[in-house]
Amino acid sequence: MAGWYPSKTFYPVTQDNEQGRMKRNSPVLASVFLLLLITAGCGQKITGKPSTSITVWHWMTDRDPAFQELAKRYESRTGVHVNFELYAPSDAYSQKVRAAAQGNNLPDIFGLLGEKRDFASFIKAGYILDLTPYMQDSGGAWQNGFFAKALAVNEFSPGNSYGVTPGIYGVPVDIMTIQMLYNRDLFKELGLNPDQPPQTFAEFLAIGKKIKEKKLQGFVSGWGEAWMIGCLANNYAFNIMGQDKVLATIKGDVPYTDPDWVRVLTLFKQMQDSGILSGGIVTMINKNAEQLFANGRAVFAFNGSWCVNVYKSMNPGLDYAAMLPPRASEKFPVSIWGGGGSSFMVNAKSKNKEEALEFLKWLTDRDQQAYLAQATMNPPANKYALNKISPILLQFADDMELATHPNAWGISESPQVLETFNKGIQSIIIGEKTPEEVAQETQKIKEREMARISR
Amino acid sequence: MRLKSTLENYLFVSPAALIFLIFYIIPFIWVFQLGMYEWDGILPTKVFVGMGNFKEIIFEDKIWWNSMLNAGYITLIALTLQNALAFLLAWACDREIRMKNFYRLVFFIPPVLSEVVVGLVWQWILDGNYGLLNHWLIQLGLGNLARNWLSDPSSALTTVAIVHSWKGFGWGFLIFLAGLQTIPHELYEAARVDGANAWHCFRKITLPLMVPVAVLVGILTVLGTMQAFILIIAMTDGGPAYHTQVPVLRILASMRGSSRFGYACAQGISFGLILVVISFIQYRFSNKARQA
Repeated sequence: MAGWYPSKTFYPVTQDNEQGRMKRNSPVLASVFLLLLITAGCGQKITGKPSTSITVWHWMTDRDPAFQELAKRYESRTGVHVNFELYAPSDAYSQKVRAAAQGNNLPDIFGLLGEKRDFASFIKAGYILDLTPYMQDSGGAWQNGFFAKALAVNEFSPGNSYGVTPGIYGVPVDIMTIQMLYNRDLFKELGLNPDQPPQTFAEFLAIGKKIKEKKLQGFVSGWGEAWMIGCLANNYAFNIMGQDKVLATIKGDVPYTDPDWVRVLTLFKQMQDSGILSGGIVTMINKNAEQLFANGRAVFAFNGSWCVNVYKSMNPGLDYAAMLPPRASEKFPVSIWGGGGSSFMVNAKSKNKEEALEFLKWLTDRDQQAYLAQATMNPPANKYALNKISPILLQFADDMELATHPNAWGISESPQVLETFNKGIQSIIIGEKTPEEVAQETQKIKEREMARISR
Repeated sequence: MRLKSTLENYLFVSPAALIFLIFYIIPFIWVFQLGMYEWDGILPTKVFVGMGNFKEIIFEDKIWWNSMLNAGYITLIALTLQNALAFLLAWACDREIRMKNFYRLVFFIPPVLSEVVVGLVWQWILDGNYGLLNHWLIQLGLGNLARNWLSDPSSALTTVAIVHSWKGFGWGFLIFLAGLQTIPHELYEAARVDGANAWHCFRKITLPLMVPVAVLVGILTVLGTMQAFILIIAMTDGGPAYHTQVPVLRILASMRGSSRFGYACAQGISFGLILVVISFIQYRFSNKARQA
């Protein structure tokens, strides 16, 4: 090939020659450039080798390497290329999904963040495929592999308040529960039995005095993000008044000024008064709370099952255990928030629906679920993959029977009411308001919201 | 000939006008239009509510007005403390002092840092349990002053305002310094020949000639501070309770937390109009001050 080019002997390289050559060649170069421009992006047509490619959008930074690995395995197995696209942080992801929905640019598979109300809007707008027939195919083989509560967050029951056709609209890839955790070493330091965490609220509060004496941090959690306060408050609402009364409150049949709700709010005042809450908990972000607990500075934490991975990366030697929130009443069992951790939905307008469904079936099969659980330290959604997870993860997964979640209730509280309630608890903790005042304020907003919705 | 010249002028202006129309005017009209709907940002259908969202903002949304007051307080601190500091440091750096270039560089570091990083670093410094500030206070025997700076409702907003001022004073410093450098030295020399001392020079020459610059810095401070939110998200996320909530956080809460896009648009429009009114008042006031 070297001899093809004119040698320097025949065409000495001078500036004039170079410019002249460039001038002569410029139409050719322009044509080549134009051709390249026109054919850009047509690679597949030229090679004539069509291959299916499905795109998945998600926000889970910690799980992305495992997803990429599974995508490789799936491609080598089926020839279908799965393109996992990560968009973080979760707020930015949420906005991206909404914007894509407006522009009809949603990918084949995507995750949804937000409340059940938003989920319902996506379904009603025709963006999400009803998976019920696929789940129930072959005697319900796919459906039966999941924890029922993991599916419940993706399910709309008959007569749901959102006006959505009953069915299953999402595939959980893992499960989560939010529980209390305690540091076993600090328990010993406080003279407590690490195998016997407090069972009642009174026992829990009594530990506050010992914590104060030892000048340790007591209970830490990301209560700066108000939803986590609401989560614990809900646990106690279920314990004190039961699910029916909680749902009746959301429907507007029971006021927030009911003595049971005031009692729920009073628990937070008692926690603050006992000294068990860490200083500055009302503006503490969960990452800081996780650091305090992982570094052995805090005795208790309130966190989701995702924390196992976080604590392991921060302090592999941390000796801790999960416990249910100590019960405040004997009337009803303590419930914890839990269910499907992260779920994927299939774009109802996708051209690759069948391929997307096949991939999700494979992703939620036992082996892939076991791999995901081991790689990401999140309990699997497939109940047959539980035998391969760590003991601490098993503690989280074991309590799935006690799990409940607002997304599984069939009705949801107005975000304004939730904000007033959760921020009100912050006000109680900082000593600014009484439980009664917060109950009244919440009820006032509830009435305003009900009037607005009825308009 | 004249028509041709006029057409040419319009032709040259048209790209800028088109960009302004597409990226400012049309979105503004669109946002205003959305502000008259109840819409969750997902469903293709929107419910027309007329001026209902605006009425709700004005008459029912106490938290919104509380957030305006909070932003006003932070702005007040920025206008006074931040800009006084910026002016004093600019004045000092304009004089013949050693290492003045080094100081200029150092004072301009905070504005170029990421707001999230600044927020997280200050959150760590101000932490009530393990924060550096409390540690130093205790070491200095001032342990009674130690507190949860960001969680205590009596100190949270002021603390946020001070951190915001620390983060933002570099811009004012830069503009004040540029303004000071435009004052002819001959004026000072002539004043000294006439027997003026340093204070007289400052009061009679520097201050009057810096009024236009101060107006500019003031307007930029008001607009920048009223719209501040990233630093606040990183430090307190608007808490404890609603003590550090600012209008932009409320707009975000309506849009993301409550899925009320129409209401969020109405809040955005209302907030924009308030800022325009404040800037206009400030401009008129400063014009009068300059004339006086």
